[in-house]
Amino acid sequence: MIRIGEKTVRRLLMAAAFSAIGGLLLIALFIFKEGLSFFIETGFRRFLFSDVWDPQSGRFGIFPMLVASLWVTLGAMTLGAPLGVSVAIFLVEFVPRSVMRVVKPTIELLAGIPSVVYGFIGVMVLAPFIRSSFGGPGLSLLAASFILGVMILPTIISISVDAITAVPASYREGSFALGATRWQTVRMVVLKAARSGIIASVILGMGRAVGETMAVIMVAGNAVKIPHSPLDSVRTLTANIALEMGYATGRHREALFATGIVLFVVIMILNTAAGVMVRKRVSGKRG
Amino acid sequence: MKTPKSLIRILSFSVLSLLSAWTAGCRSGKSSVTLAGSTAFQPFAEKLAERYMLIHPEIGVTVQGGGSAVGIQSALSGAADIGMADLVRLPAEAAELQPVTVAKDGIVIVVHPSNPLSGLTLDQIRGLFNGTIRNWKELGGSDAAVTVVSREAGSGTRTSFEQIVGGFSLTGDAIIQDSNGTIRETVANDASAVGYLSHGLLNEKIKALQVDGVDCTVEAIQAGRYSLVRPIFLLTRGAPTGAAAAFIEYVRSPDAQKVIGESGLIPAIQ
Repeated sequence: MIRIGEKTVRRLLMAAAFSAIGGLLLIALFIFKEGLSFFIETGFRRFLFSDVWDPQSGRFGIFPMLVASLWVTLGAMTLGAPLGVSVAIFLVEFVPRSVMRVVKPTIELLAGIPSVVYGFIGVMVLAPFIRSSFGGPGLSLLAASFILGVMILPTIISISVDAITAVPASYREGSFALGATRWQTVRMVVLKAARSGIIASVILGMGRAVGETMAVIMVAGNAVKIPHSPLDSVRTLTANIALEMGYATGRHREALFATGIVLFVVIMILNTAAGVMVRKRVSGKRG
Repeated sequence: MKTPKSLIRILSFSVLSLLSAWTAGCRSGKSSVTLAGSTAFQPFAEKLAERYMLIHPEIGVTVQGGGSAVGIQSALSGAADIGMADLVRLPAEAAELQPVTVAKDGIVIVVHPSNPLSGLTLDQIRGLFNGTIRNWKELGGSDAAVTVVSREAGSGTRTSFEQIVGGFSLTGDAIIQDSNGTIRETVANDASAVGYLSHGLLNEKIKALQVDGVDCTVEAIQAGRYSLVRPIFLLTRGAPTGAAAAFIEYVRSPDAQKVIGESGLIPAIQ
């Protein structure tokens, strides 16, 4: 057997760690290098707040996509966040641990379903249902929100479960000792103590919803316009990049990279916010 | 998981170009031809390349996709010997390329089979796609809002369609799908949808409409009676030479044109 020295292992692990960080840095550098000059030339406001996207005539305004991404994400959160957090509370507080040990991995398995499968179900089942019951083209903001709401459930549930489980049993016991019912304990003690972790789970879910592409392309309809109702077809920032990448050359390509910068910044903000929330929880526990 | 088709297209394109450059270097004494571009013509080019290599084992033919824009770019940069493009009018930057027409493709206007209309005029098509006709009853159909389905900006099919119909910009309400296949599925699933796609991809789930009273058939396209037709070009930088010239000549030969005709496109040479 070959014995590997402590130092060698240390170096190998360090190299692995730095290659991951280096990859992220290179990607960031590349996106900014390709898109930043366009951003500056076109002007911040004209790129972000003009509502005409017509690559053929050289007009690049991503406002409709920005609004669409916002609404789709908001819709997904409206469905996913309350549902996910409720499931987490139920699993930790109202179900025996042995049941949770089976149910939680099953829910996490949902995260492993490829997004194209979610999209396919959306196109085949959800869109026709929306079309026949509410009207409109079916491929819509509502369909995209619904599909994304389901897709982010595993993220929200598993992180919320961890956060709620981490609340010390003594908190609950103290509450029960004061005569609080189970629901009062959950509402007034457990949720308060696990708050930052739950918020972090929601923010991470939001990050996933903003970044999801394939399922959204399939169910949102991709029309470039500011939606006036949930039944309107919309195009998100991610869908815009993916749809037009194959053809884009010159300024058009730069515009797509600039769209990438916007997305990158949005997701960085969300992830940092989630990180701050988690850190708050840890330091709160120490104090 | 989050890689859509177009991204995969680009990635596989770059990987393939690297690979083909590498293998070309290894195969000394064997000349090679690389084609890249139009995804509409790619399957046909692949089929023809196979047949050609059976007859001429000394020449290696590599076919890559990427779309018409990639075809033009790679012919210009020399990344491919031959670019493939399916546009009615080639863009200005393609001026220094020499185009050869190798096939034609009809663009069919399609609706749901339950749609009572049997045909449209070019004016009506323009009205539907620029958003001035918003309800099927304006055209004598049922009282239902029109769902316009189109391809993404830059698609060869969309560019050709817009150039032939002319004088309109697509309505912002249009649903955008990124392939002929998904256009077909969307129209097949929506009773009030109207879309357009390549003639070779028609099936029984959707209904093709006459344009100005003419059905989109091979005969009508060849006779020049059907108006929504786009040519498919092979592009070379300057006059083709060597193996590239030989392959283009083969694609225009009766044998190859017969293969093109049998598999759904319309031969350029009768």
